[in-house]
Amino acid sequence: MSETNAKKVREPLFHITKRAALPFWKSTLIKVGGLLLGFLISGILVSALTGKSPFALYASLFKGNFGQEIRIWKLLRETALLLGIGLALLPAFKMKFWNLGADGQVLMGALVTAGLMYKLGPNANSAVVNILMIAGSIAAGVIWAVIPAIFKAKFKTNETLFTLMMNYIAAGITGYMISIWATNGSGTMGTIKYAWLPKLGNDSLLTVIVAVLLTALMFVYLRFTKHGYEISVVGESENTAKYIGINVEKVILRTLVLSGAICGLMGLLMAGSINHTISKTLVESRGFTAVLVVWLANFNPLYMVGTSFLIAFLQNGSSNVVTEFSLNDSSIASIITAVGIFCVIGCEFFIRYKFQLTKKKKEDK
Amino acid sequence: MAVFTIIRSAINLGSAFLFGCTGETITEKSGHLNLGIPGVMCMGALGGCRGVALYMKGTDPANINGLLLLLSAMLFCIIYAGATGAIYAFLTVGLRCNQNVTGLTVTTFGIGCSKYFIKSVNTANFNYASESLSRLFPFSSKMNAFWQIFFGQGSLVYIAILIALITAYVFKKTRVGLKLRAVGENPAAADAAGVNVTKYKYCAILIGSAVAGLGGLFYIMDFLHGSWEYDVDSIGWLSVALVIFTLWKPDLGILGSFLFGALRILPTYISFLPRDIAGLLPYVVTVVVLIVTSVLDSKENQPPAALGLAYFREDR
Repeated sequence: MSETNAKKVREPLFHITKRAALPFWKSTLIKVGGLLLGFLISGILVSALTGKSPFALYASLFKGNFGQEIRIWKLLRETALLLGIGLALLPAFKMKFWNLGADGQVLMGALVTAGLMYKLGPNANSAVVNILMIAGSIAAGVIWAVIPAIFKAKFKTNETLFTLMMNYIAAGITGYMISIWATNGSGTMGTIKYAWLPKLGNDSLLTVIVAVLLTALMFVYLRFTKHGYEISVVGESENTAKYIGINVEKVILRTLVLSGAICGLMGLLMAGSINHTISKTLVESRGFTAVLVVWLANFNPLYMVGTSFLIAFLQNGSSNVVTEFSLNDSSIASIITAVGIFCVIGCEFFIRYKFQLTKKKKEDK
Repeated sequence: MAVFTIIRSAINLGSAFLFGCTGETITEKSGHLNLGIPGVMCMGALGGCRGVALYMKGTDPANINGLLLLLSAMLFCIIYAGATGAIYAFLTVGLRCNQNVTGLTVTTFGIGCSKYFIKSVNTANFNYASESLSRLFPFSSKMNAFWQIFFGQGSLVYIAILIALITAYVFKKTRVGLKLRAVGENPAAADAAGVNVTKYKYCAILIGSAVAGLGGLFYIMDFLHGSWEYDVDSIGWLSVALVIFTLWKPDLGILGSFLFGALRILPTYISFLPRDIAGLLPYVVTVVVLIVTSVLDSKENQPPAALGLAYFREDR
């Protein structure tokens, strides 16, 4: 019986094996290839939908990012924001603490910032208010991140769901505060005119500088300090961490304080330096986009500069496509972005695996 | 009397969560965390609307065949949601990509696609179609509020409960369910025992996506009475949350979904709190229950052990 079965088994034409680690230039080449494939597919897709040539799409993508000086700044600012929030998530993710609550943590930071600007701004010295804004926004981000962390550390409460829920709670509180503050009846806060953070040239440069500094600090922190080492041990195996005498609870809390503080700081920049206002949707799901930034970069803070730039490029470029092609609909921007990311993550497979043709076995009877 | 009306609409809205929760549970049992469910539900809603529009095109609105309408809507919904799930399945099972990134991207993709293409769907006569879909037993309109809870629902509500019960039965009592759970807990062991891991993963993801997609269809055509709203994805996120909340048990999912439905409905009936604060109710209760269940920690109520990990046979 088993012999007849064995004869029926068909050998597949090829099989998949694991590759040895590829040299850096080769893996980069594959990733660039994936990205080009993404451009190709979205080009075909958009031209099928709109009837325009795919080259017009590419031109528009580039023009949307590099066409004018202001667009280049917008690209850099968006990159910096995604990078900053990604850097906040990075240490938590390395510890396998899936913080999906960056949206809420950033929003709380922004809410406190806007509140201080609005309430104290008209009557107090700007410098004093600015210092209070920095302290307040960091505190708000920390509180929002530490609440789930405490329960995770003490009771192993599922942090993915907890942090996700904290996003909605933050949005609700923001909505409520706006309904109190906005007295003009429109239900939205206009531009707050007081106590802006100091302007460096334009309203993007400060954010970019902060993001660059954070990248360098985070790289050093994770690679060369004892804290960074403890984070990676806890991430690899909690039991190992316990055996070698690491206080796991302490590491979780400490790391989430850091995570929340950076998120709060990004909220400060968004409300105090870029938008000068607050709304429920101020963060625009950057907390989720930042998750992509971190994963695409394989948890490496330096690669994250590249991945956040890529996503910012796709987003800004495709929203320009929407305006230029007069599509009246921003949703096609998310289709283009998604197709691009699909191809980049898909090509990762070819870095780690390869196809091999199956050789005919000689001992077949 | 008002209580019965609230319960009826809680169960009604809860069914949208139930589809999403059952679908995600099926997927997660195979070891795949599909964060693309919100996108899949959006695509399901889009497909469902396509199906309804196709049926309504040549039909006199006064003379709707409820069964054909339902089948047409469900068929297109399942195709669209399944196709979206197939993208996720190919990338995570076939190419072994990271599940979180792929899932989040599928959500972006699904939301974008559904918003773009819904505009080309002819929504004329959708109110008639919705009327037919949201009442399975025509005689129930004459009943009082109490009996409305049981008989005044749309056909998809009953289908949602039925699917959840069948799923629970399959997980607990059948060989297929046992093998699926084995794939999610320890794919290498399942592989060694002769289970076709790849096949099980693909099937679970595709079936899970199709089921979740029906939630989108239900939400648009039944709960919102045929008007397209952009917050299908928030239903999706809560469904993903519900899976953890109900401890990966589809039968518990029925109760959990109705509870979530009630919590989301209640704020409209609470007048003494500001709207923004009352709207926080479902999220705060979720957090509280989450904490309580984790304090009462038990070994049985854990996620599938291999959840989120790609399986490659030659790995050790």
